[in-house]
Amino acid sequence: MTSRLARLILALLVPLTLLTACGGESAPDEIVLLTHDSFALSDGTLDAFTEQTGITVTVQTAGDAGSMVNQAILTKDNPIADVIYGIDNTFLSRAVDEGLFVPHTAAAIRSVAEGLRVDGDPVTPIDFGDVCVNYDIEALAVAGIDAPSSLRDLTDPQYRGMVVVEDPAVSSPGLAFLMATIATFGEDGDYPWSQYWADLFANDVAVASDWSDAYLVQFTRAGGDRPIVVSYASSPPAEVLFGELDAAPTAAVADGCFRQVEYAGVVAGRPHTDAAAQLVDFLLSTPVQEDIPLNMFVYPANTEAALPEVFATYTVFPPAPITIDPDVIQANRERWINEWVAIARA
Amino acid sequence: MTAGARGRALTAVAVAVPVLFLGYFFAYPVIAITVRGLAHGGAGLGGVWDVLSDRGLQRVAWFTVWQATLSTALTVAIGLPAAWVFARFSFPGKRLLSAITLVPFVLPTLVVATAFLGLVGPRGILGFDMTGTIWIILAAHVFYNLSIVIRGVGSFWARIDPRLAEASRTLGASTWRTFRSVELPLLRPIIASTAALVFLFSFTSFGVVVILGDLNHSTIEVEIWRQAMSFLRLDVASTLAVLQIVGVSALLFLYGRFERRTSVPFHHRLSAAPKPRGARQVAVVTAIVVGTFTLAIGPLVVLAVRSFANPRGGFGLENYRSLATLPEQSGAFVSAPLAIGNSLRFAVIAVVVASLIGLLAALAIQRSSRRVSGGFNLFVMLPLGTSAVTIGFGFLVALYWPIDLRGTVVLIPIAHALVGIPFVVRTINPTLASVRGDLRDAAATLGASPWRTFLTIDLRLVSRSLLVGAAFAFAISMGEFGATTFIVRPNSPTIPIAIFRFLGRPGAEPFGAALALSAVLMAVTAIVVAAIDATDRGQERRI
Repeated sequence: MTSRLARLILALLVPLTLLTACGGESAPDEIVLLTHDSFALSDGTLDAFTEQTGITVTVQTAGDAGSMVNQAILTKDNPIADVIYGIDNTFLSRAVDEGLFVPHTAAAIRSVAEGLRVDGDPVTPIDFGDVCVNYDIEALAVAGIDAPSSLRDLTDPQYRGMVVVEDPAVSSPGLAFLMATIATFGEDGDYPWSQYWADLFANDVAVASDWSDAYLVQFTRAGGDRPIVVSYASSPPAEVLFGELDAAPTAAVADGCFRQVEYAGVVAGRPHTDAAAQLVDFLLSTPVQEDIPLNMFVYPANTEAALPEVFATYTVFPPAPITIDPDVIQANRERWINEWVAIARA
Repeated sequence: MTAGARGRALTAVAVAVPVLFLGYFFAYPVIAITVRGLAHGGAGLGGVWDVLSDRGLQRVAWFTVWQATLSTALTVAIGLPAAWVFARFSFPGKRLLSAITLVPFVLPTLVVATAFLGLVGPRGILGFDMTGTIWIILAAHVFYNLSIVIRGVGSFWARIDPRLAEASRTLGASTWRTFRSVELPLLRPIIASTAALVFLFSFTSFGVVVILGDLNHSTIEVEIWRQAMSFLRLDVASTLAVLQIVGVSALLFLYGRFERRTSVPFHHRLSAAPKPRGARQVAVVTAIVVGTFTLAIGPLVVLAVRSFANPRGGFGLENYRSLATLPEQSGAFVSAPLAIGNSLRFAVIAVVVASLIGLLAALAIQRSSRRVSGGFNLFVMLPLGTSAVTIGFGFLVALYWPIDLRGTVVLIPIAHALVGIPFVVRTINPTLASVRGDLRDAAATLGASPWRTFLTIDLRLVSRSLLVGAAFAFAISMGEFGATTFIVRPNSPTIPIAIFRFLGRPGAEPFGAALALSAVLMAVTAIVVAAIDATDRGQERRI
């Protein structure tokens, strides 16, 4: 009996030890790409890099963007990756200040869309997306109400109880929308952003915990009761694609869109910075850039990359997307969110 | 080796293995991240004081404690009658229902939230709107945790000789009186034990509070997440994490003092539960079963039905089909069979590790002196009262020594096992404590070694409780999301991770696929739990 139990325990422990041993190995011709869990590329896209360079790319996800930045900062003395991709303009300043990156000027940097490049090239812009107000075309038509055309419109009584936004304290599009309102209305003046939000709440705006809750639960398209939602400029083409539709059932409002830019950087403190720089260049190369939109529903930073047709047809390109300097975001983010929470609770 | 020496050797192993495991995979990472986090702000103790004196955070701490207390009281109050029915009666569909009670445990919060809103939302089919009230949070906690009381208490209750209660009733006591003066004293340890688990789960609640709660309700867990992820304030987050652990320890300590005094050894006897007799008994049993399961299963039924609602109207299998077709359209979608395979693999390892470590820990608690066992009991429970953010970040800053485990999938089942261990310990402990000492003495007198005594007396008696704990460990692993997101690789997702990725996409198809995969998760969990339950059937023995 005793030996049987001992054998059992041994039998259970041995595979565990083996697993551990396998997991710890890392080949010298491999580099690690740390990214957030929305990362996606078509099968085989990264294989092209291996064919060109002989280096295998291991993708490691780290939760959402905030979680990823934290992980990178916490492990900066013992980095877990060679390249970080997906760090956005709301967290960039902090990551750069922490000295996470080795500056690298990408081969294709001249083709990058205007306004995306960062001074000194600590990181390389790879993609961008616009957080915009979206609406359900049919639901508004049925209610006999015109679509909103500006952020200011949302405080109009005819949209009472129709809008759902995400909580900026826990959600990235929520924070982007808050910053869009701050940039639009300003901190002081006759009609500051705080007054705008007080009016929004008076107009019965709903606050969802995150994008999924807002778009997949509370939005009328999902069966909820709110026909206006904060989402992305790329949501209408996504609806067409995933719904196999002939026309977009939703549309994005071109006013008050906040531009989120995602960057890739070479991680400091790792032995293979040359290989890492090659991977960053690869991410900005046309084949990868053209693969990005349909996988992550963002736009390529490289202007030489062609947009898929569904994007070209159904996306709104805001004429004046809102951007805020990463340093300004870093300096004010916590205060803005806390002030917003105070308004929301009032 | 003498019997005494061997007994001590057994105890030493029972103490050392869990201490080493929890020390390396729990205490070391948590201490490392806390030290790092506190140092990060550079504020030192002043920073701690700032957090402690912040009015908003005080309110959060207070809300965390009282909602957890209320959630626990409600869960126990609703779960006990069902535990009684499960322990004492047989009725059609009992095994299936018993397996299904564990299903809520594994479901992603957003998916449960949609089902909840379908029942008690603004246009819910039950006709009343709970959104924006504290009740929807409490109801969700009861929904998630009911199985802990039903299965934990129920399995223990079934071992109490029914003749005790029968004797009491023969002597003229009412059913209520019999429960209060005969069964309740014997049940108290297991009730206390399971209530502690419910309390911890509610105390560290994240998804329920974020999704179903409103801006006025926040828990310490949510604040830790917010401070770390949105503000990058690791110093504040670490302070809160320490506060959470200290608070949980203090509450568990008080609890443990109460709990230890109540254990009563008794005869274990497993007998086949009879069908309810007489119109009145049938009515009571039916009412309890229907009442409990409307709450426990209602949201699951809503989910299951919705998973068959086609994205473009009508009912059918489209959502299930899109589980297979969506990956062709985008690399973000993961193959369902792959995710199911990964989840099952991780869960099996997590169950084995949690059972082994949990069993040894329970043994250690039983065999050491009061002081040591009290501390040990508390230590084992702590992973359950620790934020997933803390554990996830802790792994990252600590586990590169002596070998770099960061980024290896082996950490996934280990993280799951950490949460599973408290369940195994908590379900085994009351049973071990109720084993009468004279049985062990008798075995020793007859020449059995301590090992042999352990195997033939203790292990045999706790086998049922161990299975209950193993089933929980399995469900926890199947459903775990928070810590897994820190460790998982894109090509080795678990089912909850895959559901989460579907939920990150606009359009009815990905959402339908998420519901379908949730239904698959429900089915897989119910089947495996039923299988675990079934292995118990052949083990019924009298001691």
